[in-house]
Amino acid sequence: MFEAILLTVITASTPLVIAALGELVTERSGVLNLGVEGMMIMGAVAAFATAQLTGSAYLGILGGIIGGGIFSLLFGFLTLTLVANQVATGLALTILGLGLSGQLGEAFVGMPGVRLQPIVIPLLSDIPFFGRVLFSQDLIFYMSVALVFGISWFLFKSRAGLKMRAIGDSHGSAHTLGINVVRTRYLAVLFGGACAGLAGAQLSLVYTPQWVENMTAGRGWIALALVVFASWRPLRVLAGGYLFGAVGIGQLHAQLLAQSGGIAIPSQLLSALPYVATIVVLIIISHNRRTTLINTPASLGKPFVPDR
Amino acid sequence: MKKLIIALAATAAVLGGFAGSASAQEKKKICFIYVGSKTDGGWTQAHDIGRQALQKALDDKIETPFLESVPEGPDAERAIERMARSGCALIYTTSFGFMDATVKVAAKFPNVKFEHATGFKSAENLATYNSRFYEGRYIQGQIAAKMSKKGVAGYIASFPIPEVVMGINAFELGAKSVNPNFKLKVVWANTWFDPGKEADAAKALIDQGVDILTQHTDTTAPMQVAAERGILAFGQASDMIAAGPKTQLTAIVDTWGAYYIKRTKAVLDGSWKSEQIWDGLKDGILTMAPYTNMPDDVKAMAEETEAKIKSGELHPFTGPINKQDGSEWLKAGEKAEDGVLLGMNFYIEGVDDKLPK
Amino acid sequence: MRIELQKRANTSMLFSVLSPLLALALTLIAGAIMFGLLGKSPLNSLYIYFVEPLLDVWSLHELAIKAAPLILIAVGLSVCFRSNNWNIGAEGQFTIGAITGSILPVLNPEWHSPLILPLMLIMGMIGGALYAGIPALLKTRFNTNEILTSLMLVYIAQLFLDWLVRGPWRDPQGYNFPQTKSFQSEAVLPEILDSGRAHLGIVFALIAAVALWFMMRFMLKGFQVSVLGQSERAGRFAGFSAKKMVWFSMLLSGALAGLAGISEVSGSIGHVQPVISPGYGFTAIIVAFLGRLNPLGIIASGFVLALTYLGGEAAQLSLGISDKVSRVFQGLILFFVLSCDTLIHYRIRLIVNPSATQEGKS
Repeated sequence: MFEAILLTVITASTPLVIAALGELVTERSGVLNLGVEGMMIMGAVAAFATAQLTGSAYLGILGGIIGGGIFSLLFGFLTLTLVANQVATGLALTILGLGLSGQLGEAFVGMPGVRLQPIVIPLLSDIPFFGRVLFSQDLIFYMSVALVFGISWFLFKSRAGLKMRAIGDSHGSAHTLGINVVRTRYLAVLFGGACAGLAGAQLSLVYTPQWVENMTAGRGWIALALVVFASWRPLRVLAGGYLFGAVGIGQLHAQLLAQSGGIAIPSQLLSALPYVATIVVLIIISHNRRTTLINTPASLGKPFVPDR
Repeated sequence: MKKLIIALAATAAVLGGFAGSASAQEKKKICFIYVGSKTDGGWTQAHDIGRQALQKALDDKIETPFLESVPEGPDAERAIERMARSGCALIYTTSFGFMDATVKVAAKFPNVKFEHATGFKSAENLATYNSRFYEGRYIQGQIAAKMSKKGVAGYIASFPIPEVVMGINAFELGAKSVNPNFKLKVVWANTWFDPGKEADAAKALIDQGVDILTQHTDTTAPMQVAAERGILAFGQASDMIAAGPKTQLTAIVDTWGAYYIKRTKAVLDGSWKSEQIWDGLKDGILTMAPYTNMPDDVKAMAEETEAKIKSGELHPFTGPINKQDGSEWLKAGEKAEDGVLLGMNFYIEGVDDKLPK
Repeated sequence: MRIELQKRANTSMLFSVLSPLLALALTLIAGAIMFGLLGKSPLNSLYIYFVEPLLDVWSLHELAIKAAPLILIAVGLSVCFRSNNWNIGAEGQFTIGAITGSILPVLNPEWHSPLILPLMLIMGMIGGALYAGIPALLKTRFNTNEILTSLMLVYIAQLFLDWLVRGPWRDPQGYNFPQTKSFQSEAVLPEILDSGRAHLGIVFALIAAVALWFMMRFMLKGFQVSVLGQSERAGRFAGFSAKKMVWFSMLLSGALAGLAGISEVSGSIGHVQPVISPGYGFTAIIVAFLGRLNPLGIIASGFVLALTYLGGEAAQLSLGISDKVSRVFQGLILFFVLSCDTLIHYRIRLIVNPSATQEGKS
């Protein structure tokens, strides 16, 4: 049973982790994109539609990534080229995304979905317990793990990542050093959109292979919160995403256990646990002011115009 | 200035009255307000299918405008009043949360008829209508007890309102009529509609050992999970066989069309009266999806129970029934009153969950 | 070819006025195209969307009802955001304010004193302020980021409300449905005019907007807000306390959100129920930015946004356009307004041949 629960937690946490990682990169470059929910739902509908029309869930994944990515360019154009206010633009993106995805997805409601099948890694999957949990998963899960380590490496071990963090901390100085701030930020926004789209694809291809309006149900906002929770560090995103997912699933089981034990706990209290847990853990880990400040991109949300 | 406005409004009303009687040949507007999207695959879609059936049946006499995704609260009052002002003759407000808004607007527009679904406040121009979903739940409970090997079913519930509690109780009663030791595990999803949460709830129930699943939430996510895990399940609000061809036993399908046609005709011919209507299987306001994935004898039992409910021979809430704490609720042969059912806030014996006080 | 922006030396007064008009023009064009593609008459559709809601007295009242909570919350948020405190949890403060403000009528339905309404409003404000105090405390004491804490608290507040109306606050005569008794008439926020149901909420909103504009413009507090928001170091040199500003801005925005909450429950709904807000706390963030974080501008942007909701509804009914299309249109309007605002601060130059126009003189 523990294994089954872990599998459920993995499914629930993966989209949060992926979307949060994408937004982390975007924010590390100094751009605050509140449109994660909109990009995620666009990815979900794009992925589902592609999978339905082509019959292939893998093409669906591609569709989701592209859908989220293209949609994010709209945000990029407004905030990076036209230097519009990032907060408002991101929120507008969410509104647009929810409406547009509902409109585009209308034809697909009620269709049974194409489920992404697990890829069983030979040999590794024979390991007891871990083999089934970690190595017999779908492609998107593997991608999520790769993203954690890949982004970690990129940000902290690569020159390009260093440049990106420099932009995030002080875009003026970075510009003076000759770094192309706007282009890097475009790429960061695009990456964030692609990740959000991939997370959306996970929802409509793995989590619940179907399409319904608003199926992201606020997960984009949780992802945004997770980036902050993680102090903009990828491994902490992984931890935060799984904390949230685990408590969310755990509370369902707690409901059932309380029931059989005859204890009356209000279900709302249990449903509130993931949010409470996230706050409590954040208090504990952000206690050290200096480490928190070091990781916060100082230029986050501030408009940048290259002056020549 | 105010007097001028009142005078103008009065004149408009009088003229409008004349206009109304003069345009008897014009199509009447029969209007609908939905809390969700008409393509939500669940509650609202069922109402919209009913609306379409209504439009088809009386196409030359009526138009059926509608508003979807109206939030409960002040937006609802505005939306309903907007419809009343736009000349609707009859307005169906299809969610419990629209109740007080409907009451307020109905008071302002005495010449417009209103029908509120699943509520309990009525007026001279405001009727309420509801469906005896519990009848379907009873049949499902019987089927579950026959088909389950472990004798435990999982119930994905939305919110602890009387309708849901009634459903849980009826399901358990049906199950106990076949297997007196049948158990029910309830998970509160605290949503009507969130495929991810519903899937998680389904998985939690299955992981805790149930081998039959039923739901009072609207998406096909639980059915999908059941299909994946190889257990049987019941659909809700619509026929979910497409999501689980080898999984669905039956579903409670909301079929509002016949009801809408009946009441709209009454408005058209002037015989409409405000009532508190609670129709059931025999009136066709709900139907059971075809009984599938079960052996013939179980199917025969289900069909027999359905026939008995329709004929009035069997009422699911007939005593002897005790409450959860063991105290007696209904004596042998005693039938539950509608009023008690509509406000149902207690479990019967055999259900383990605890309700909020 | 690329687009290049040059910062203007001074914000263009001309474009401050022109930009919304330009945005409107672009919206009308895009709308006409969109409606045309859907097979509806463009002019008629735009008329129903933008003009019709303004012609009817009833509609104007509804506009005020819809705009009131948006403006009230947004002006509080504008002070918060200006001081660089990111209160994303106004929705939660709205909810808690509605709850604390409703304590008196729910627990004392027989109390018929004219005092009850002012007390309710004050309690609502206190409730909202206290709830915003939680992220403020966590930020100042424990250095926890207020974006996350305030956002998480939204969900907690909503679950708390759900539990209340399904449990202890449930109307005993209500067939066990999740709703409190309807408030006694003394506890209902009165309508301001007889011609419609607009209540005092809009009056509160306008007063708050003017008061905060005055504060930001003329009072020392307003100066503190701006300075600390732009640079905490500069503020410290001037002797302003960033921590005190956290408290001030969060408590203020929380109080206003709480007031909006109790006004909505008392004026528009008349009892407490599980769903009391269609996301006002989040929509108010957009309203705040559309109003350029200026309380007077927020009055305008609040009404504009309310208009898009009303227009969308009218379009659904009269034109048969789906609500999803309405939402798409709403998103587009926002995009146009945001894009055109760029012109106020920057000049746009199209650089065709990069080598030839190195200086990009206007």
